[in-house]
Amino acid sequence: MNVEHLIEMANQIGRYYEAYPNRAEAMASTAQHIRRYWDPRMRAEFLRHLDGPGAHGLDPFVLEAVQAHRAELTPKERTGKP
Amino acid sequence: MTAISDIDYGTPARISERTVTLTIDGMPVSVPEGTSLLRAAAEIGLPIPKLCATDSLEAFGSCRLCLVEIEGRKGFPASCTTPAENGMKVRTQTPKLADLRRGVMELYISDHPLDCLTCSANGDCELQDMAGAVGLREVRYGFEGQNHLKSPKDTSNPYFTFDPSKCIVCSRCVRACEEVQGTYALTIDGRGFDSVVSPGQLQPFMESECVSCGACVQACPTATLMDNSVIENGTPDRSVITTCAYCGVGCAFEAEVKGAQVVRMTPYKNGHANHGHSCVKGRFAWGYTTHKDRITKPMIRKKITDPWREVSWDEAFGYAASEFKRIQQQYGRGSVGAISSSRCTNEETYLMQKLVRAAFGNNNIDTCARVCHSPTGFGLKSTMGESAGTQDFDSVRESDVIMVIGANPTDGHPVFASYMKRRLREGAKLIIVDPRRIDLVRSPHVEAQYHLKLMPGTNVALINALAHVVVTEGLTDDEFALARCEVDSYDQWKEFVGRPEHSPEATEEITGVPAADVRAAARMYATGGNGAIYYGLGVTEHSQGSTMVAGIANLAMATGNLGREGVGVNPLRGQNNVQGSCDMGSFPHEFTAYRHVLDDVVRGQFEAAYGVTLDPEPGLRIPNMFDAALDGSFKGLYLEGEDIAQSDPNTQHVTAALTAMECIVVQDLFLNETAKFAHVFFPGSSFLEKNGTFTNAERRVSPVRKVMEPMGGMEDWEITCALSNALGYPMNYTHPSEIMDEIARLTPTFTGISYEKIDRMGSIQWPCNDKAPEGTPVMHRDTFVRGKGKFLLTKYVPTEEKVNRKYPLILTTGRILSQYNVGAQTRRTANVDWHDEDMLEIHPHDAEERGINDGDWVGIVSRAGETTQRARVTERVQPGVVYTTFHHPESGANVITTENSDWATNCPEYKVTAVQVMPVFHSSEWQARHKRFTEQQLALLDAREREST
Repeated sequence: MNVEHLIEMANQIGRYYEAYPNRAEAMASTAQHIRRYWDPRMRAEFLRHLDGPGAHGLDPFVLEAVQAHRAELTPKERTGKP
Repeated sequence: MTAISDIDYGTPARISERTVTLTIDGMPVSVPEGTSLLRAAAEIGLPIPKLCATDSLEAFGSCRLCLVEIEGRKGFPASCTTPAENGMKVRTQTPKLADLRRGVMELYISDHPLDCLTCSANGDCELQDMAGAVGLREVRYGFEGQNHLKSPKDTSNPYFTFDPSKCIVCSRCVRACEEVQGTYALTIDGRGFDSVVSPGQLQPFMESECVSCGACVQACPTATLMDNSVIENGTPDRSVITTCAYCGVGCAFEAEVKGAQVVRMTPYKNGHANHGHSCVKGRFAWGYTTHKDRITKPMIRKKITDPWREVSWDEAFGYAASEFKRIQQQYGRGSVGAISSSRCTNEETYLMQKLVRAAFGNNNIDTCARVCHSPTGFGLKSTMGESAGTQDFDSVRESDVIMVIGANPTDGHPVFASYMKRRLREGAKLIIVDPRRIDLVRSPHVEAQYHLKLMPGTNVALINALAHVVVTEGLTDDEFALARCEVDSYDQWKEFVGRPEHSPEATEEITGVPAADVRAAARMYATGGNGAIYYGLGVTEHSQGSTMVAGIANLAMATGNLGREGVGVNPLRGQNNVQGSCDMGSFPHEFTAYRHVLDDVVRGQFEAAYGVTLDPEPGLRIPNMFDAALDGSFKGLYLEGEDIAQSDPNTQHVTAALTAMECIVVQDLFLNETAKFAHVFFPGSSFLEKNGTFTNAERRVSPVRKVMEPMGGMEDWEITCALSNALGYPMNYTHPSEIMDEIARLTPTFTGISYEKIDRMGSIQWPCNDKAPEGTPVMHRDTFVRGKGKFLLTKYVPTEEKVNRKYPLILTTGRILSQYNVGAQTRRTANVDWHDEDMLEIHPHDAEERGINDGDWVGIVSRAGETTQRARVTERVQPGVVYTTFHHPESGANVITTENSDWATNCPEYKVTAVQVMPVFHSSEWQARHKRFTEQQLALLDAREREST
């Protein structure tokens, strides 16, 4: 997946929820949005990028939100044959 | 001429709580107060002769044919203009009346060509009928004197002919243009015997303001205004009621047929969405259904550089299924997916998502609403609890203030625009929020009180400013908001929008809209009575599309403009079945009725119904599919009715993704832009060739009924079933009604819907269930669907697509009346007479700075790509903004647009692209490549190996 797109999408989501006064809820909402709308390969690539070397390009609010909710965002292994 | 099967009651029906009772020719009749005698008589089967009266128009009283006698009254009043009263005793047939009527008819016929046997209206002519009805046996006046028999025909319009020699000057056409359409293109020129119907200033129709809606043709009682298709083929002999395949108004039509050939599409007078009205597309632009470009045989090829090979349906299904299976074996379960279209029926889109979820075993299903109204679903669901507009179209009849945001109804939703204009003529106020001067800003008898001409991309700043005024000036309806909405969210929102940075004065620099206008418009909306908001893609197709939809909902909730007639939040859906395709579970994260795939209970219901385990993870959305294709994890795609290579942004990105895939299956009428990259082609069926339902912008589920046999031999739903069967997942429906029954079983808002009920009621607005067995015209009456309404915060975040010295102008895109979406249908009709190329609108100031004259070729360059179009220099657009349409593939409008998208839904930001525009003398590199590729692909189509039969 195009990591630049994923970073930009995550930042956009964060910039929306950041307006809410309850920071913890805003972070949870940011992570929830990614969980509910991103295909697992997008989430996996996104998390892989964060673990990699170099600048990740994420807004601090989004990075904190993702780190706080990382377990929810980590895709489960797919099972079963097509 | 009205449809052959219609009864014409002469004057419109009246609605009144009071009833009057009278006798007509000795027969008692009770009618609502205000009903004309003409209509009262017709309702009990006593047709009074008439010519200038028709039930789509208010009475005019000019032809003097519908005269009656009323006991106790002098003279012979016209029954069309005389209201029925209690106790009246009316006679419609007396010797004196017969004498008068014959005299009138004799005068009409004395100036009418006696060519009935060769006339196109022979057998379907009201003048002919009336001559018979009044017993006209001779005409004492010859043609020696002055007459109109040599008046030349006007054949300028491609769809109808105006033959003034047959005109009886009843003014029905003129009144239809005024009352029904609201364009005022026709008038009666001259006086007395010289009176003639005049388009514009005695101009040919095509040079007048006529928008070719067909209302005049339908209203004409003679062959004066006649469909060319009837002139060429003769009158129809049967009709089938069906639903238009163009915009989200979803007009009901009578497809009038002669043998197996459609000869006329007449708007159905009992159609609940359109009430007998139409536009140039639905009324006339149906010739594409039998166009020579139709592909009617299945085709396959290994590589897109190979010639196509016509094959049997079985071989095509077998090949497509084997390729999808191979790809999944090789690249994984999630490596294939599908995209359906808002041009598909509900049943087809439902089957597409079922195939993906049950046969592919993933959730990689998306629909073209992704790129238009997906933010509507998110914004309205989050605030009010349902992903749909709140009103029916008729609601606008009770609106006092109409706010149109980012929509161009006269072009995009013309029939609804006619209702809106009628209400505006009655005195409703109008606020337009649009960067461009759309026709509604000022047109005959309509003028917006405020045109908030904002800069593209600043919607949220503007809606916050409107909300700021409402909150800080105490114009909220607190009683409504506190009772109906979450109080915490309401308080939080009020504090948010009440901040100084949201004031009109503070946001003026961002939006470009004078603060005083914003304040005045906000006051008008909040305090002017019933306030209704109608919006379009100018709201949704932005990086903050979902935020703006929520902002609109916030404003409506705060002012109490929800839950009754005349108010509401109303998305004007672009294509015919945008609402339906969304409802049917076509998004990768949702089953039908917008229930998330993460919901174990809902997923369990579908697993039980489908008999397989379903993927609990959301799938790829359309833009994600392109990225996944380019990274090698997405290799197979099945598309029905959707042309992503033309309609989606950043064309070069889309075509690169298509090229990277190994199996693309296209199901369509034509070899569209996407099909040029395809490996399998399934010939689809047009809306005239299949059964199903469409759901329009007011949640109205309407019937689509087969009028002729599918040219490829299979209806689209049958094709999807057969592909699923070939993939090993059985689908054995025998009729789309069975699919609808399954949808109803699985979808809480559809439990009361069936084909039997649709046929009985004509159409049904969902939710339709035990709580609302007859459907729901207006939603959220007592409570919101989610219980309490929720105010969302709407922080303005400027788009990343910024102007600079290199790209100093903002391009915004839209569409026009005569063309539809990517133009695959309308470009194959005479509608190209109105619009045969996309042009770039540019303000005179910007044009002069660049040395651009009207009609010059200009290059349009963005960060995504470059194309060329001819310039139209116009003050419709403001300085700094340019505008174009995307109806013609070679114009490359989406070569320029970028992949920026809405934060919540990935809906592309079509409405904001930073560009530079300069004069050029040759086409762009992309256009040259596109031309070569198109020529190559058409050659491969021409060279296709024909199936031996």
